[in-house]
Amino acid sequence: MNLLPRVGVGLAAPLLAIVVAGLVTSLVLIGVGDSVAEFWGVMFTVPSARLTVGIVNGASILYLSGLAAAVAFRMNLFNIGVEGQYRVATFAAAYFAGQALLPGYLNTVVTICVAMVVGAAWAGIAAILRVTRGVSEVISTIMLNAIAGGLVAYLLRELGDQQGQIRRTTTIPESSWVGGIPLIPGESSRVYGLAVLAVVAGIAFAVILNRTRFGFDLRATGRSETAAVASGVNVKRMVVSAMLLSGAVAGLIGMLDLFGNSHAYGSTIQVGVGFTGIAVALLGRNNPVGIALGALVFAFLSAQSNALGIEAGISPEIVAVTQGVIVLSVVIAYEVVRRYQVRIEQRDVARALERDRAREAGALS
Amino acid sequence: MLQRVVRQRTRVASGIAVAALILAGCAGNDEGSSSTDDICESADGDGPKIGLAFDVGGIGDQSFNDSAYAGLEQVVTDLDGSCTDVEAADGEDDAAREERLRQLADADHTIIIAVGFIYGAAVYNVAPDYPDINFGIIDGAPPEGVDLLTNVANIGFAANQGSFLVGAAAALTTQSDNVGFVGGLNIPLIQDFEMGFEAGVKEINPDIEIQSEYLSQDDAAEGFESPTNGETAATGMFDNGADVVFHAAGKSGLGVFDAAVAAGEGMWAIGVDSDQYLTASAEQKPHILTSMLKRVDTGVIEYVTGVADAVEAGGEAPNGFVTYDLSSDGVGYATSGDFLSQEIIDQLEDLKQQIIDGEIKVPTAF
Repeated sequence: MNLLPRVGVGLAAPLLAIVVAGLVTSLVLIGVGDSVAEFWGVMFTVPSARLTVGIVNGASILYLSGLAAAVAFRMNLFNIGVEGQYRVATFAAAYFAGQALLPGYLNTVVTICVAMVVGAAWAGIAAILRVTRGVSEVISTIMLNAIAGGLVAYLLRELGDQQGQIRRTTTIPESSWVGGIPLIPGESSRVYGLAVLAVVAGIAFAVILNRTRFGFDLRATGRSETAAVASGVNVKRMVVSAMLLSGAVAGLIGMLDLFGNSHAYGSTIQVGVGFTGIAVALLGRNNPVGIALGALVFAFLSAQSNALGIEAGISPEIVAVTQGVIVLSVVIAYEVVRRYQVRIEQRDVARALERDRAREAGALS
Repeated sequence: MLQRVVRQRTRVASGIAVAALILAGCAGNDEGSSSTDDICESADGDGPKIGLAFDVGGIGDQSFNDSAYAGLEQVVTDLDGSCTDVEAADGEDDAAREERLRQLADADHTIIIAVGFIYGAAVYNVAPDYPDINFGIIDGAPPEGVDLLTNVANIGFAANQGSFLVGAAAALTTQSDNVGFVGGLNIPLIQDFEMGFEAGVKEINPDIEIQSEYLSQDDAAEGFESPTNGETAATGMFDNGADVVFHAAGKSGLGVFDAAVAAGEGMWAIGVDSDQYLTASAEQKPHILTSMLKRVDTGVIEYVTGVADAVEAGGEAPNGFVTYDLSSDGVGYATSGDFLSQEIIDQLEDLKQQIIDGEIKVPTAF
C-alpha cells in the first residue's frame, strides 16, 4: 500500500470519530432538553486571545501526559499509573524546589531532574514487579495510583504548611520561577515557559523511537515479544527501560504549572490529567504528532466548556461526554479501517496467487 | 495470534480510558444541574448583575452549593437583578478557575461570588484587573503573602458556634452515649465544625464518646463528592456503637444519611449547611435529627445587598473579612421533622443566648 491512502486513512478515522462524538453529544443534549444550537455556537466560537493561551497551556500539559502513556504503549505496556507518577513526582519536585538548596535557575533545572527521577522510580516499582514476579502492570499501576494519593496526602500533612484553607508545600523562591512566553502580542496572559519541555520531549520521543537501536527494539518487542527475543532483545530490560522512561516523562507533567503558576504543591493541584493522557495517546495513535493534535482537541474542548455555563446555561460536564465518545469512536473507527485494510490485502494476495496459477497453467499447456 | 493479543490489550486500554473519562463526567453531575427552572434563565431585571461560580459538586449537592444558590435566587428577586451561575469541573487547575472568573467579569457582571475556598488564589489573581467589580469568596482567604483587596470580601461563617448547638442536640438525644463526626477534608474550615461539635457534646455530658473521621486529607472530590466514602465512614461509626452522626462533608454526607437508614430505627444523622431534612428522600427523613445551618444563603444575600447599598449611596462595599455568626443568624440549627423535643429546643436556645452573650466561648480552628 502506498503512502497517500495510508495518511488518508490515518486522518479519516479520528475525523470520523470526532463527527460521531458530535452527533452523540447532540443527541444527549436533545435528550436532556438543552439547546443543541447554543452548545455548538459556544463550542465553535473563535477563542479569545486569553483563551488561546489557555488552550496552548492545557494542551502542553496533556501532551506530556499523552507522551508518557505512549512510551509504554509502544512497548505494549499499559502504564495506567501516569496519574500517580505525576502526583508523586510533582510533590517531590515542589518540596525539593521549595527548600531552595540551590540558587536561581540551577534550582529549576535540578528540580526538573528530581521530578523525572521520582516519576521513573514510582513507575519502576511496577516494572520490577512485572519482570521479577510477573505482576500485570495494569493492576500494579492502578494500585500505585491509590498509594500515591495517600502517600502525597500524608507527606503534605507532615511537610506542608497551612495557608488559609489550603495545605501546600513551601513556595518556590521567585528566582527559580520560569516566566511565560508572550504568544499573542498585546495579551497579558502567557504560555508556560516550560511548555518547551513538551516540544523537546516530543522531538526526543520521535527521534528515539524511529532513529535509534533502542527505539527499534522497543517497537519490535511491542509488536512481537517472541520475535524480539529471537533477534536477541533482552525483553526484561526493555520492560524496565520503557516503564522508567514513561515515568520520567510523567514526572515532567507537573513542572509547567509548578514553575509557571502555582509555585507550590497544594490541594488545588490539577488531578486526573494522567488519565486524560491515556485517552489523548489513544486518540493520537501513540504518534508524536497525533498526540499533539489529540491534546489540542481535548484542551480546546475543555477550555471552551467554561463558557458553556456562562453563555448558554449548559453544564460544562457535557464536554466530558464528548471527550469520552471521541475516544470510544476512535477505537472503533480504527478497528473498522484495519479490517478493511486486511480485506484489501487478502484480495491483493488472492489476485496475485490467481495470476501465478494462471501463468503456471499456461506454461504447462 | 500476537497481533490479536496486542489488539485485545488496546481494547482493554481504551476501555479503561473511556471509563476514566465517564467517571470524571459522572462524578460532578448526576442530578440535572442545568435545571430548567434556574432563576438565572428568567431573571433579567436592571438591578445588580451577579455572577456565581460554584464549587465542585455544583447545584444539586443538597448542601453548600444549593444554599449559595438559594441566596442568589432570593437576592436576585429582591433586588430585581440578573445573574449567571456556572459550575466547576472536577480536578481542574487554578488557571481554569481563573478563566471562569475572567469570563464572568468580561460578561459585565457587577458582583461575582466564588463559592468555596478553592477559588482563593484565582480571585486574588483576577480581582486587581477588574477594580470596578466586587468579588466575594465564600469561606475565602487571601493566599499567603497576598494583601487584602478593597474589592474582595472573604465571607466566613462561625461554623463552630452552629456545630456546638447540634453537638448539644446530639448529646441530649444519644442513648448509647456514643456519637460520631464525619468531615470531608481535614482542613481548618472543617476542623472548626468538629471542634464546635465536640465542645457542644462535652458541654452536655463530658463522658460521651466521640468518634471522628475525615474522608480525605487533600482531595476535594474524595472528601466532598463521594457519598460512598461518607457511607463507609458512617457505617463504621454506627457499627461501633454510635447512634448520632454529624457530617460536614458536602455531597458525601448523603452517604451518611444512607448509613443511618441502613443502621435502622433510632439511628440519627445530622445534616449540614442547608436544612437537609427538606431535601432528603422519604426513607432518609425519619433519620435526620437536625441540620447545622451554615447560612451561605444569608451570606450571599447580605453581601450582595451590602454591595448594592454601597453602590447606591456611594460608600465602600463590604471587603476584607466578613463573618456571620449566631448573632447575625449566619449559623444555626434546623427543627424540621420535629425530632427535637421542646425541652431540647429550650436548652439549645439557652446555650445559643449564652454564646451570643459571650458566656460560652466556643473553641475554633482559626
